[in-house]
Amino acid sequence: MINFTYTVWIILIPLIFFILIGFFGHKFKPVVSGIFGTTGLFISWILSCITAYQYFFVVPKVEETYQTIIGYNTVWLQLTEKLHIDLGVLLDPISVMMLIVVTTVSFMVHLYSIGYMQGEKGYHRFFSELSLFSFSMLGLVVATNIFQMYIFWELVGVSSYLLIGFYYERDTAVAASKKAFIVTRFADLGFLIGILILSFTTGTFDFITLTDPKGPALMQGGSIVFLGLSTMTWSMILVFMGGMGKSAMFPLHIWLPDAMEGPTPVSALIHAATMVVAGVYLVARMFPIYVISAPVALDVVMYVGAFSSIFAAIIACTQFDIKRVLAYSTLSQIGMMMFALGVSGYGGHEGLGFMASMWHLFTHAFFKALLFLGAGAIIHAVHSNYTYDMGGLRKHLPITHITFLIACLTIAGIPPLSGFFSKDEILAAGHHKSMLLYIVEMIVSGLTAFYMFRLYYLIFWGKTQHYHHTPHEAPKVMTIPLIFLALGAVFTGFIPFSEFISTDLKPFESHLELGIAIPAVLVGLIGIAIATILYRKETTIPETISKSLGGFYQAAYHKFYIDEVYLFITKKIIFNYISHPVAWFDRHIVDGTMNGISWVTNQVSDRIKGFQSGQLQQYAWVFVAGALALALAFIYLWTF
Amino acid sequence: MFEGVPLTWFLIVATIMFFIGIYGFLVRRNLITILMSLELILISVCINFVAFNKLLYPQHLEGMFFTVFIIAVAAAEASVAIAIIINIYRRLVDIDVEKMKEMKY
Repeated sequence: MINFTYTVWIILIPLIFFILIGFFGHKFKPVVSGIFGTTGLFISWILSCITAYQYFFVVPKVEETYQTIIGYNTVWLQLTEKLHIDLGVLLDPISVMMLIVVTTVSFMVHLYSIGYMQGEKGYHRFFSELSLFSFSMLGLVVATNIFQMYIFWELVGVSSYLLIGFYYERDTAVAASKKAFIVTRFADLGFLIGILILSFTTGTFDFITLTDPKGPALMQGGSIVFLGLSTMTWSMILVFMGGMGKSAMFPLHIWLPDAMEGPTPVSALIHAATMVVAGVYLVARMFPIYVISAPVALDVVMYVGAFSSIFAAIIACTQFDIKRVLAYSTLSQIGMMMFALGVSGYGGHEGLGFMASMWHLFTHAFFKALLFLGAGAIIHAVHSNYTYDMGGLRKHLPITHITFLIACLTIAGIPPLSGFFSKDEILAAGHHKSMLLYIVEMIVSGLTAFYMFRLYYLIFWGKTQHYHHTPHEAPKVMTIPLIFLALGAVFTGFIPFSEFISTDLKPFESHLELGIAIPAVLVGLIGIAIATILYRKETTIPETISKSLGGFYQAAYHKFYIDEVYLFITKKIIFNYISHPVAWFDRHIVDGTMNGISWVTNQVSDRIKGFQSGQLQQYAWVFVAGALALALAFIYLWTF
Repeated sequence: MFEGVPLTWFLIVATIMFFIGIYGFLVRRNLITILMSLELILISVCINFVAFNKLLYPQHLEGMFFTVFIIAVAAAEASVAIAIIINIYRRLVDIDVEKMKEMKY
């Protein structure tokens, strides 16, 4: 048996580098902290690769099943004899896969940031926060129990907040970071309540006990019913609410597009590849509970995922800020992953959706990080986020152009790139469950192909811009991550994923279903073709179409007014009808009572303070008079 | 020297002195006079001690000694009090107790 204790260093090394860079980074040249942070992540990455190799290929399988291994465990909080909170490292197929995803993307983003952040103020702060984020995210994926997950979940939220607000001198960045923090905090409230209900009904925090399909945890809690659903269902819906906040599912998606205010590498790492898939990972981690004792909650996951994917895809078609297009595309892809989880069953081929979701998560991490880093290189070159400041860039940025094109083809699902395989599995899983949602997802993949190629043509083709200074290709330190991720995007599709990841940890066979693959590719090609006709050369057709769509286009352009709805609800309804009365009650009733008491005390003491004149003779008078009176009284009593 | 003088006479004198002292302490406004009244009270008590000792327990001497102590302590007390009064006078050019309200309220 291999000792997996070293896996704890995968998590601890970024923490150590966070502390080192955070406290001592300013004493050295900026680039030193960049190299330091990158080195730390490189070590973690190597360790993760070793872990994955040993876990999948060296550790023997028992009865054809991957074993869940606790690599490291320590009791952190002993609440009662039975109830304790541990910190540790849990290794099973999905957590090992996530280790690879997180460390790879994080390492690439670190490397890229050395070039991208050159000359920025707060260079070492950026790298220390990036290390903090890597630490929290790694701690989240290897959590042995739901409470550890919650702790790191919050840590991830904090580091995301810090990094979105990296340019804290800009008002928009400050507002965006606050928005992200408050929205996810609101969702985490649901998560916490869900955890409490879950641990109350099952009496454990531990994932292994919780998700054991034959275990005691899944047998309980089904019987107690509240508002027509069992407590288990309620708790899983609440837990999913936390996942919705982090993964920016409708209607808690509003923070993600604004989070693009952060530096582009941050968007690539946190808001595309790793943190936002934490919600998907959460559902996947607790999947046996969802599928066995809370199928209604799983339906919620399915509908929310499907709706978010189409909703975000429509908005993405109308935006002009390239990072926002990518943000909405992320929303849409995560929606698809959620959808895949929602349609999945348990065990063997039934769990196809689960596997597809994890696979798509894996490939998506590569191509979306690639898209964002490519967008960063473009922004770096033209100093603008908007497509109308770009055009004809393919001559100026050859490497970025090729890698961006690969990423676009991947996300559009063109074979033999990785996105094709994972998306095909999602569609196949959806096809088995519900025809309607299958068609919806088909439309989504068509829209995805369309808006990605719209973006591609607007940036690299279209009208030829006259730039103030000729845009130049990014330095090597930025293009190497692009090339590496492009290779990942091309080749990760050939990994036989179902050999590694399944709901019941048993490998199973999955084949490409041509009946689904061919329509999916056709839809993707149609999307690309439309984009080519509309945007390959500058024409007036897009404007005509948007005019003819009228109100619908305007609504999509304004993101369906969700932000306005939120503002209306908070400002007009909550502030006016709840906050103001509460504030009035606080000021006038609560404070008023206290002020009244102090006012009365003041008045009374003001009246009686004259008694204490400080004149000793007055006191003596009173004293003597009293003594005499007492003496007389005694004499009188004695004599008569 | 005082052979045949009954105890009551001493006590009457002491009582008169005591109440004169009390009266002075209560009604005078001049700090020095108040101090003098205080001395009168002390001395009246001393007379009581000496008289009781001499006439009731001639074989003991505690009353005498106690009186000597009281006189010594009174002297010390008077010197401190006068020092305070001089300081007050220097500061306020007045020794009227009713005007000493610098630190009131």
